This record gives sequence, structure tokens and C-alpha cells, in this order.
Amino acid sequence: MADGAEAARLSAEIGQREQELRGLRERLATVLLGDAAATEDGASAFPGDLPPLPAQASLSPADILRYSRQLVLPELGVRGQLRLARSSVLVVGCGGLGCPLAQYLAAAGIGRLGLVDHDVVETSNLHRQVLHGEARRGLPKAISAAAALRLLNSTVQYVPYCGALSPRTALELVRQYDVVADCSDNVPTRYLVNDACVLADKPLVSGSALRLEGQLVVYNYHGGPCYRCLFPKPPPPETVTNCADGGVLGVVPGIMGCIQALEVLKIVSGMGSSFSQFMLMFDAREGRFRNIKLRPKKPDCDVCGDNPSVTCLQDYEAFCGSSATDKCKTLHLLSSKDRISVEQYKKLLDEQVPHVLVDVRPPVEVDICHLVHAVHIPLSKLEEKDEEYLEYLKKRICEEKQRTNSQTSFPVYVVCKLGNDSQKAVKILQELPVKEFGSVLAKDIKGGLMAWASKIDPTFPQY
Amino acid sequence: MPGTVGFWPALEPPVCVVVHCFYFRGGAELLFDGVKKHQVTLPCQPEPWDIRNLLKWIRQNLLKERPELFMQGESVRPGILVLINDADWELMGELDYKLQDQDNVLFISTLHGG
Ligand SMILES: [Zn+2]
Repeated sequence: MADGAEAARLSAEIGQREQELRGLRERLATVLLGDAAATEDGASAFPGDLPPLPAQASLSPADILRYSRQLVLPELGVRGQLRLARSSVLVVGCGGLGCPLAQYLAAAGIGRLGLVDHDVVETSNLHRQVLHGEARRGLPKAISAAAALRLLNSTVQYVPYCGALSPRTALELVRQYDVVADCSDNVPTRYLVNDACVLADKPLVSGSALRLEGQLVVYNYHGGPCYRCLFPKPPPPETVTNCADGGVLGVVPGIMGCIQALEVLKIVSGMGSSFSQFMLMFDAREGRFRNIKLRPKKPDCDVCGDNPSVTCLQDYEAFCGSSATDKCKTLHLLSSKDRISVEQYKKLLDEQVPHVLVDVRPPVEVDICHLVHAVHIPLSKLEEKDEEYLEYLKKRICEEKQRTNSQTSFPVYVVCKLGNDSQKAVKILQELPVKEFGSVLAKDIKGGLMAWASKIDPTFPQY
Repeated sequence: MPGTVGFWPALEPPVCVVVHCFYFRGGAELLFDGVKKHQVTLPCQPEPWDIRNLLKWIRQNLLKERPELFMQGESVRPGILVLINDADWELMGELDYKLQDQDNVLFISTLHGG
């Protein structure tokens, strides 16, 4: 009972500390926002009408000193630098691409940077989203990015927008900027940004990255194709992988974001872009860049064609069948009777109910963390009915069955990271031949190991 | 570019068999056991090979599981870009493009992450 009292006291203290932390974060956000409001005259409202950037006739001595190393480039020169100073760029997404992009644009002396992001800084962002730091976890990314950039170059105007770009606000926002950089991480936003850029007649510098690869195209520029010319139809949602599921090496979006910044600088300074009607593909594994010639602008394109059917912004989440703000998709393949909660599973473990737990994550994730008693069978091996793995599963079921006299179906529980793949695995296990495996009752654990970590065992790693 | 040269038995005249390289990128390779590069010899047939036939051949020979993640009807699914010798297949006649010896065909799945 003494333990119970101690646990209650500690929980209460943790609760109190968390509340204090929340209070501190809110205060920090207010201070940072106040800063922004002071320098940009309340421009942090979403979307808000911005005053035009003042036309500068010449560079000040401070400007000349600051930008001297690029001023001496004949390709840029004073004329180019003055063009940068009166240009504005909208950065959609302050993540792995947006951070390095915004950093180089700010350093180069762009006049105004709009920073859009609906999300807050999390620990798992820090390996690639290099403007945010440990101290700013929990803060809106747009605010955090503006604060970091202001330390780098205080002469640039930063306009943070703490919300998702939506069909309601996108066009008005895009119209206020000269160039748009798509640094987003999802399909609906990519179509939304494209259509807004076509309707507002703005060039779009689009980057993307996943695992060890990156892609970059400049759309809607000097008569070149738009995103829809290339991809008239969105990909089926089940074929789309995000960075949380597929993984990404931080430096890969870093490289792509830097190239995006380069193309933005070339466009606004008047040099012109190299990637209109071309795609740059980067393979980090092989250290190889490829330059691919793309189709021209299509006369039958739905948005930039001769008779466009898209004349105002639409519902892009419906069009793509996926969400623009969800970090992970939630599948609903199984009914609730085929699923158990982490609390129910914990109870089964405590009561030592004989069962087999199958972990269907890929080996690389099992290496990160796992439950010691789990049997590892990657979903891909189940999908291809790999004989070796099925034989192993059969053996484990037989062994565990020895421990019980029960005549009912033998319970097999399936777990993965978040509770999506586990549902697919249950579907496969339900089809196993009764003759070989005996009568098996397969269920999955809702929310997977991440729910286990947050609700049952706080020492279990989250990734 | 290393690895794109097909081997040909020196003495055997190339009549109707063609050697090609296929690359899969942007995650498309995951549908093919993670193998990014396939160098294959297409079987003899009276008609020249076009992309339409090639896709059919890939479906039958390389891609046995979950073809819907790669194909839709007789073409590739939305979100996969086909490149022939580093150019968008739209510039080359798409499904009707007639394959030449040593052509490089690249399938890229577009990336959306950031
Ligand atoms: Zn178009």
C-alpha cells in the first residue's frame, strides 16, 4: 500500500510539473508572437492583408557589407540583391524542406517570408527540421521557425501562419506573395498549393523527400506544366507513404530544401529556373542526381489547360481520399470484436492467459524496441505466406497450447506500431487452414506498441 | 551510366530479343522485393515490344503480389511516372512507344514527404 501512495504522489507531481511546462510554453509562444507583432505590425493574423514591400532604390552600407560575397557575383549584383529585397516568398510547411529553404532565403536577404505550418515542434522532428530546437518543443512550428530566422537576419519580414493551408484561405494568401515553395508533406496540400498558384499565376517551387530520395520540380513557370499536368489524378491513398511510416534521413530533405531555395533565388533575382518542365531526382544512396525532361503544359489540364474545369479551390481531402493534417492514417479493417485494447492485453499478461503475441513490424523496427515474449513475423512474410515463418508460428502455437486444456479457439494477438498493419495481419491469420494450425482466434491490439508505451509502460520507447 | 549496358552473346545475331534495364525509384522498388534495377531479356515475339506489352510482361513476371499498387488497367497507376531514356513517356508516345535495344525504362513513384 505504501507503494500505491508513493505512486499517487509521483503522478500528482508529474501532473503539476506538466501543467507548469504548458504554462511556460504558452508564455514563450506569446513572447515570440509579440516579437513578431511588434516588427511586422500585427501581420501574424491568418491570412491578413500585408502592406506592399517598400521599393528600395539602393543598398545601404549595412546591406552592402552583409551581402558583399553574393553582391560581387555578376549573376546577382546590386540589381539582383534589390530584387530579392522587394520579393516575398510563401513557405508552405516548416519541416524538413521548409527549414533549410527558409534559412537560406532569410540569409540571402529576401524581403518577406510567409511561414505556414499547422503543427507543433516534436522531438522526432529535430533530426531534420533544423530551425527548431529542443527548447521549442510544443511550440507552433511557424512561430519557432520565425524566431530562429529572426536571430539569423532581423532585416527580413517574417509572417508566421499557425494553421493548415485550406481551400478557404489559400488563394488569398498565395496572391500576396511572389513565389510559393511547396515544402508540405501530403498529397491534398500539394494539389491545393498547385491550384492556388495556377489561379493566382505564381511560380511554384515544389520539393519532396522520403527515405533516401528527393524530387524537385518548378511548376507553373514561364508557360511550363503545372503539378496537375503531370499528375491529373491523385495516387490511391494506400500507395502513399509519409516520413513517419517510411522514414527519412534528415539530410535528404535538407539537400532538397537547399536546392528549392536556390531555385527561388534564381527566379526572384531574374536568373530564371532550371527546373521548369524538368524534374530533378536525387538518389542519396548512390549519390546521383538525374535531370528528367518532362511533358510540356497540357492543353487539356483541369486547372491550367485551355478549358479548365477547376476555376476555384476545391475540397482536396475528398479529391485525394486522404487528410492534409493527420500524421498517420487510421485503418478500420476489423470490427471491434476482433480487437483488444492495450489495457485488456495487459490484464491477459497479468493473469498469465496462454496465448501467442505476433509482432508484424519489419525487422528494422523490431530492432528499435519490442516486447520480449513476442514472435516476430513481418507483415510482408505473412502476405506472401512464407513457409518458414508460418512453420515457426505453427510451432509456437503448439508449444503454448501445451500450457492449456481449454478446448476453445487458441488466442493469437497481433501487434504493430500503431494498429494498422496488425489489422491486415489478423485478416490473413483468420484465413489460416484449421487443419494445420488448429482453431485459432486472432485479434489485434488497438493502437499498437505506441499505445502500449503511452498507456501501460512509460519506459517503452516511442518512435 | 554504369550498369545500363546489356550483355549480348557476341556471335549470336540479335534478331528479336531485346535487353532492357528497368529501374524503380521513389518506393516503387518496394513492390519488386526492394530491387531497384532489373536487367532483363524480353522473349522473342513477331511484333516489336511496346510499353503496353512491357507492362503486361512486368505484371506477369516480376510483380505477382498486389499488382494494383503498380498498375491500373493496362497502364501504370496514378502517381507513377514512366521515363524512357530519362524523358517523360508522354513525350515518347506513352503505351505505344516501341522499345529499342538498350533502352532504359524508369518507373518513379512520386514522393510527397517533406
Ligand atoms: Zn496543368
